[in-house]
Amino acid sequence: MTIDSGATAWVLVSAALVLFMTPGLAFFYGGMVRSKNVLGMLMQNIFAMGLISILWATVGFSLAFGGSGKYFGNFDFMFLKDVANIPNLPGYVDDFALIIPPLAFVVYQMMFAIITPALITGATADRMKFSAYCILIGVWAVVVYPTVAHWVFSPNGWLFQEGALDFAGGAVVHINAGAAALAVILVLGKRRGWPREAMPPHNLPYTILGTGILWFGWFGFNAGSALGANGLAAQALINTQLAAASGMIAWLIIEKIKAGHATTLGAASGAVAGLVAITPCAGFVGGMAPIAIGAITGFVCYLCLTLKTKFGFDDSLDVIAVHLVGGLAGALLLGLFADTAINGLGADGLFFGGGASLLGKQALASVATFAFSFVVTYVVAKILNATIGIRVSPENELVGLDQSQHAETAYQA
Amino acid sequence: MKLITAIVKPFKLDDVKEALKGAGVQGITVSEVRGFGRQGGHTETYRGAEYNIDFVPKVRLEMVVHDDDVEKTIAALRGAASTGKIGDGKIWVTNAERIIRIRTGEEGSDAL
Repeated sequence: MTIDSGATAWVLVSAALVLFMTPGLAFFYGGMVRSKNVLGMLMQNIFAMGLISILWATVGFSLAFGGSGKYFGNFDFMFLKDVANIPNLPGYVDDFALIIPPLAFVVYQMMFAIITPALITGATADRMKFSAYCILIGVWAVVVYPTVAHWVFSPNGWLFQEGALDFAGGAVVHINAGAAALAVILVLGKRRGWPREAMPPHNLPYTILGTGILWFGWFGFNAGSALGANGLAAQALINTQLAAASGMIAWLIIEKIKAGHATTLGAASGAVAGLVAITPCAGFVGGMAPIAIGAITGFVCYLCLTLKTKFGFDDSLDVIAVHLVGGLAGALLLGLFADTAINGLGADGLFFGGGASLLGKQALASVATFAFSFVVTYVVAKILNATIGIRVSPENELVGLDQSQHAETAYQA
Repeated sequence: MKLITAIVKPFKLDDVKEALKGAGVQGITVSEVRGFGRQGGHTETYRGAEYNIDFVPKVRLEMVVHDDDVEKTIAALRGAASTGKIGDGKIWVTNAERIIRIRTGEEGSDAL
């Protein structure tokens, strides 16, 4: 294996960029909850950086990228055994040969493993016990995340071999987290008073700040996934920017028409929806396709906001409407817009002469990811709920997570 | 001695303060409050969901004045706080039985 210094530098920097997205997410969500729960939200996100880093290095990475199995990794790389010295990771040969040190790949992928379960916190906001949260995401980071990452990211994984494309984690991160979020809230139940009581965001400036951090970090997420400092990375980066921009604009247009005002929360939400959608597509599409992908997803996500009231599940901060629906939209739109002129290792979508074949593979990967994540997460949440209980007591919910879970107050009077 | 309490729109506070100074009022206590009157609340929309916000932000001013100065104080308040639209606020006047300056112990108009 030849190590490319430019590629290595970019992936190392990208790892730091992706790490920064988790505190960004914390503020994105933290601004949207009520002030008595803001520390609870920040804590759940920041703690994922602690817990999952350790789990990834000890076992998660090995389960995701070890061995040559189609469905599961193995334990060869537990405690990162031999990773610093091996010439190539399993499956990463020929066209997929890495030009960065495997340890750079380990730490880069670690940041994805951290933010993915952190995304769930937006759905479970204001009512989950911190202890139950820690166990849930710990189990999730060992059982669910590495498995889906193996299926989709590893060249040995079955969905990868089926030809499903996922450049930076539309399925692995967004569909995966969105499905898990839905499963947990079905066990957890609604916030007391929802939807009768108003629960408006307590600090939208935090949410805008968080959006800026997420957007910034997303360049590492998507362009870093080129695993090289090259034209593909540049393509992924501009695609990321354009989809965020068009997602924002599309959301604001439909919001202005349907609700009367263009809001800051709408601008933030639309940008994130666009970023979610471009994630699987970033290194496979070109031209003005990212503008279409971001805009379509912005519209669709906005229209899906009402699903939760229609079906009565309290997805508090719209993880399902933005990440699950946005991830699905991105995965399927890739089946239309993928272009081998942009990336020869990809495929041609419906609009580029490839027929419906890729679209079918994208649908398969989306459904498989959703089903696996939903079922396993539901079972884990059910077991936790039957043993330690995953929900705070009514009194503690009333007092807020900040005081009841952490004995702190965010804003001193 | 009368205690005059006024509830006004927050953005009118500066104008009201200047007008009261002009009318010879010696001191004002200001607090940020929330409430509703005939104006009611307003609606806010977050991600398409409408919320009714019942209590709107207002500013409460309190001042103690001589009986003789009540009318011109009220005139100053109304002049500066009025926009002509619903929600301009209210003024009420109550008797202040005693008024004492803490530092010197002076009472009545000497304490104003």
